[in-house]
Amino acid sequence: MSKLELKHINTTVNAGTAEEKRILKDINLTLNDGDFVTLLGTNGAGKSTLLNIINGSLMPTSGQILLDGQDITNYSEVKRTKDIAQVFQDPKMGTAPRMTVAENLLLATKRGQRRGLHLRGLDQHLDFFKQETAQLPNGLSDRLHTFVGNLSGGQRQTLSFLMATIKRPKLLLLDEHTAALDPNTSHELSELTNDVVQKQHLTCIMITHQLKDALKYGNRTIILNSGRIVLDLKNPEKSQLTEDDLLQYFAN
Amino acid sequence: MSLVTSTIGQGLLWGILALGLYLSFRILNFPDMTVEGTFPFGAALCVSALVHGVNPLLATILAFIGGMLTGAFTGLLYTKGKIPILLAGILTMTGVYSVNLRILGKANVGLLNQATLLNSKFLAKLPPNFPTIVIGLLIAILVVVLLALFLNTDLGQAFIATGDNETMARSLGINTDNMKILGLMISNGLIGLAGGLLAQNGGYADVNMGIGTMVIGLAAIIIGEVVYGKNLSLSARLVAVVVGSILYRLVLLLVLQLGFSTNDFKLISAIILALCLMLPLFQEKFHIKQLLKKGIEKP
Repeated sequence: MSKLELKHINTTVNAGTAEEKRILKDINLTLNDGDFVTLLGTNGAGKSTLLNIINGSLMPTSGQILLDGQDITNYSEVKRTKDIAQVFQDPKMGTAPRMTVAENLLLATKRGQRRGLHLRGLDQHLDFFKQETAQLPNGLSDRLHTFVGNLSGGQRQTLSFLMATIKRPKLLLLDEHTAALDPNTSHELSELTNDVVQKQHLTCIMITHQLKDALKYGNRTIILNSGRIVLDLKNPEKSQLTEDDLLQYFAN
Repeated sequence: MSLVTSTIGQGLLWGILALGLYLSFRILNFPDMTVEGTFPFGAALCVSALVHGVNPLLATILAFIGGMLTGAFTGLLYTKGKIPILLAGILTMTGVYSVNLRILGKANVGLLNQATLLNSKFLAKLPPNFPTIVIGLLIAILVVVLLALFLNTDLGQAFIATGDNETMARSLGINTDNMKILGLMISNGLIGLAGGLLAQNGGYADVNMGIGTMVIGLAAIIIGEVVYGKNLSLSARLVAVVVGSILYRLVLLLVLQLGFSTNDFKLISAIILALCLMLPLFQEKFHIKQLLKKGIEKP
């Protein structure tokens, strides 16, 4: 069954000015339930714009977006968070520094829900948070009451990832979420991502600049070039791809 | 002695203003200049209601509601009108000045033998200045408890998250515009309330009484942080703000006792706040902490 459908998506920025630029050109894309897509492309190819169109922080100039068959084109960014979760590239973007790890997680368990005047109930959630963080590589489970601003970039990004998945999203968007980390931490988080996406059978789009990661992870690879999809391969063909195959699609 | 008790009473009432300012300045993390319009607005509403024979409790509540209105106005200019927060606050503050003149009819209106919240019958048996302390303490405790409860609700946490990381808050489905408007409304509501109470305490409302209130509120917040340190729970920080406000008033009293005139008040306020803000810098530069430690170790 199709999970996400993009129909004839066009995006133009600075329309009507000298700076006018078409970023996305007639994008048509259908993701099936459980698709784990690695999205590649040069800088300026439109990868982040595509993610922003899906999460609702940017409205397409024309086209239609369907999630689970429902037209969400006119849904606000806030409304879409009920079903769509995202991890940003910058570890600082996805977490609140002056709140503790547990407080951040608690905010995430209520993603997309109405937040009213009832007490937050942090204590009732602590066992659950302990159990969830215990499965992560970098010792967050002992630091539930630490202010997030005092964590390392790797810990913050691991926390961001847990926050995005602690309440199962229908669609998970990862915008180069390992790019700002050192090689070891980056590898750990990539492996964790792969495990969680497989285990929870999540539908996921992951932007990456690492050709190796694009080949290693996911069941499907898409390459954007100048606002168009120039390659879209699924398994088993995807698993036959080599880095050299990919590189030729980057040429202008 | 009576100077000290009156100062403590005033410190408590100013503490309510500082609590309001804490919500915008520290939690939402932006400077809200509306304060200097909201404070006299609360005072003007309260005093003219009292002069027209309105029940003191109702007049005080009116000051709170009026404050919420100015807060909502700044919030809408900021979030929906996309005006930078500093300018949005200044616009409201400037506009409210005229409204205050309309409400009062002239620049200054005094209370003459009107019943106020602070001279109610059940307080009459207390020694002088104690009615202000009792009422100030009661309201300060009420406000601290209600704020602490609010900040621990789902809504309150969403409000804190908005100030801490707006991008994250939105990505978790928090309507950050609404949170900012709500925060500015509660914040300015408390500031209007403080205006109403201090007008009842001083016996008058003046259109110019807002000048410098921002500095007074910030001084209370900063002094509270300097005295208690920053590793406090949020609820304890609220208490620290009120204590900071009382300490600040006592420092001002001390300065006045040294022979300065009340005309120098605002200059002294600004200097005290500037010094408090620079304190961390001084500590680093002149190793004050180490000096103090050494002083204790080697007498």
